[in-house]
Amino acid sequence: MNSTVFWYVTRASGIVALVLLTATMVLGLTTTARARARNWPGFAHQELHRRISMMSMVFLAIHILTSILDTYVHIGWAAILVPFTSSYSRFWVGMGTVAVDLMAAVFVSSLLRPRMKPGTWRGIHWLAYGCWPVALAHTFGLGTDSGEPWVIALGVGCILAVGGALLWRVRVTTRRAEGLSVASESTPVGRHLVTSSAKGARREQ
Amino acid sequence: MSNDVSQAPPRSAVHHLLGHPIDLAGHIDAHGPLVVAMGHHDSWQRALAASLESSGLTGRGGGGFPSAAKLAMARAHGHVGTLVVNAMEGEPASDKDKVLLSRAPHLVLDGAQFLAAMCRARRIVVCIPVGRDGIAAAVEHAMRERSAARYTRVSELVLRPPDRFVAGEESALVSWIDDQRALPVFRPDKGTPLRIGKRPVLLHNAETLAHIALIARHGPEGFLARGLVEEPGTSLVTLSGAVAQPGVVEVDRGTPLWEIARRATPVEPAQALLVGGYGGNWVGPEHFDTPYASISLRTIGASAGVGVIAVLGERSCGVAETAHIARYLAGQSAGQCGPCVFGLPAIADDLALLARGQADRGLMARLTRRLGEVNGRGACRHPDGAVSLVRSALAVFGPDVAAHNRGEPCAHWRTPSSLPFPRSMAR
Amino acid sequence: MTTVRISIDPVACEAYGYCAELVPEAIVLDEWGYPMVDGAPLPADLVALARRAVRDCPKRAITLTKKSAR
Repeated sequence: MNSTVFWYVTRASGIVALVLLTATMVLGLTTTARARARNWPGFAHQELHRRISMMSMVFLAIHILTSILDTYVHIGWAAILVPFTSSYSRFWVGMGTVAVDLMAAVFVSSLLRPRMKPGTWRGIHWLAYGCWPVALAHTFGLGTDSGEPWVIALGVGCILAVGGALLWRVRVTTRRAEGLSVASESTPVGRHLVTSSAKGARREQ
Repeated sequence: MSNDVSQAPPRSAVHHLLGHPIDLAGHIDAHGPLVVAMGHHDSWQRALAASLESSGLTGRGGGGFPSAAKLAMARAHGHVGTLVVNAMEGEPASDKDKVLLSRAPHLVLDGAQFLAAMCRARRIVVCIPVGRDGIAAAVEHAMRERSAARYTRVSELVLRPPDRFVAGEESALVSWIDDQRALPVFRPDKGTPLRIGKRPVLLHNAETLAHIALIARHGPEGFLARGLVEEPGTSLVTLSGAVAQPGVVEVDRGTPLWEIARRATPVEPAQALLVGGYGGNWVGPEHFDTPYASISLRTIGASAGVGVIAVLGERSCGVAETAHIARYLAGQSAGQCGPCVFGLPAIADDLALLARGQADRGLMARLTRRLGEVNGRGACRHPDGAVSLVRSALAVFGPDVAAHNRGEPCAHWRTPSSLPFPRSMAR
Repeated sequence: MTTVRISIDPVACEAYGYCAELVPEAIVLDEWGYPMVDGAPLPADLVALARRAVRDCPKRAITLTKKSAR
């Protein structure tokens, strides 16, 4: 196979995988109870998150395969899973490997979810928070297309998307926690039959 | 039961929990040494299992489960690791376990020793909440007496879980011993045993173990001689409310409710009795002669619960008292299950409005709906108890409820509660 | 005949509500967003949707219990 074809495919699939990974992150961050758009069912959100993450892994697989089969630079099969063993651009390729390792951990943990404690699964799933920035760094650190304006714009777009989703998630979570603590606050029993303020508890209609 | 008749103390004619010597020497004088009671062979185990079966003893911690069956289930699950003595008594209106541990700790511990030997438990753990240091000290003193005299076979220790209502729920207590989280566990299949680590646990209320200690030594006859044929034995009951002499009494099962309440000298005519605890039921005057036995109480929709009878005098407001209790129960939620966390405060809100005579038009329908929706939807029975209490209030205080609902609350709704509540209600 | 029933773990449930979206015939949400089930056997045509609800629940709070009756 022509080395140039591999070269183009590996770059293209890498970009697509990054975009899909970003979309996965955004969907994952915006999965919260009760706060959802009227016409978009919550289960669809969840299923989309799962399917897009699978798609990103497919494109990632293409990206990895073509980058290794491309003989122009030597990367080596070990570099798929073992970081910093590639002779080409050891550090930045290694970052890519780290991202793959983290994503593999998340994937495997979801397969084994029924057998682990919920806290363990959740902890591993949070590795995704490490995976995305590392993938982003790998993309721009390798430098192949990172000078192109559209690639820069894409990168900025990804950062804004995840950053925005993260801020939104933090806001919703703190608001919900306040609501819960207000609802279950015990008011002193005594001469005054006080009504508790359960305002935060009401489901948003 | 010992095989050596010459060493055995005379069979006690009357089965009773209170009134025994507190110290170890007196205890041994009255009941004989533990080792003798257990004998050299394990035939005593078969005899005890049979005695428990024929005695018909049921749990005194609120569940009312037959103790013989509970023991058989524990033995079937293999080596029990820990025998847990549940002396948490989170119910504010109940003092029986505190009194029992202060006045007869050796009975409770002996009962634990008998059961521990029968299911080969490695240790006995007595759970007394933080804040009851006097009781803990009394039990630890008794334990030191016992170990000094080499009186016991299985090691005994006291643990101090947090002082919260749900911390005494059996799965929460076991969960706390296991990993310090005193939260009830969702158990759809009650057949699977509670565990600490890998080993199953046998858990019993303190009073139940005291009964077992007596039955083990003296046979079931004393127990069977008291109470009813259908429900033998005695129970400890805590009396409180509009009475001059609140406290703990020992009663024969089947004694009419009002006869028990009279022992605390009510100070005014009673409009209702609270039976079973804050998660129990109100009982109206037409049922005051109901025997204090599960079979009879069930016919009026009540149960013995944790051994509480509180008198509501006529100068109190049943609706207001129920609102107070509901507010307390709402604050004691473990905070794990939505229907309880949100439902109980909402029900308490509705009751507060009702008590103040500020009910809106939809209140009764809303309250009834919420009671139906909250019932049975928690991991433990805490919300169920609250629902049961409120439903019984709506039935027993019917005319009062109707008046409050019309905006005409009775004169007494502002009266301070005559029921005991802990001073600090913090979670 | 195997009967399939929906079981909700109230401790794990955090009122995401996906189950009620997928199987509204069998699951209704209370006023605080938590699912209520009546414990009756699921009609056969709803089982596939119920399985989807089991998979989609972010907290794995919903499970299906199967019992074979003789």
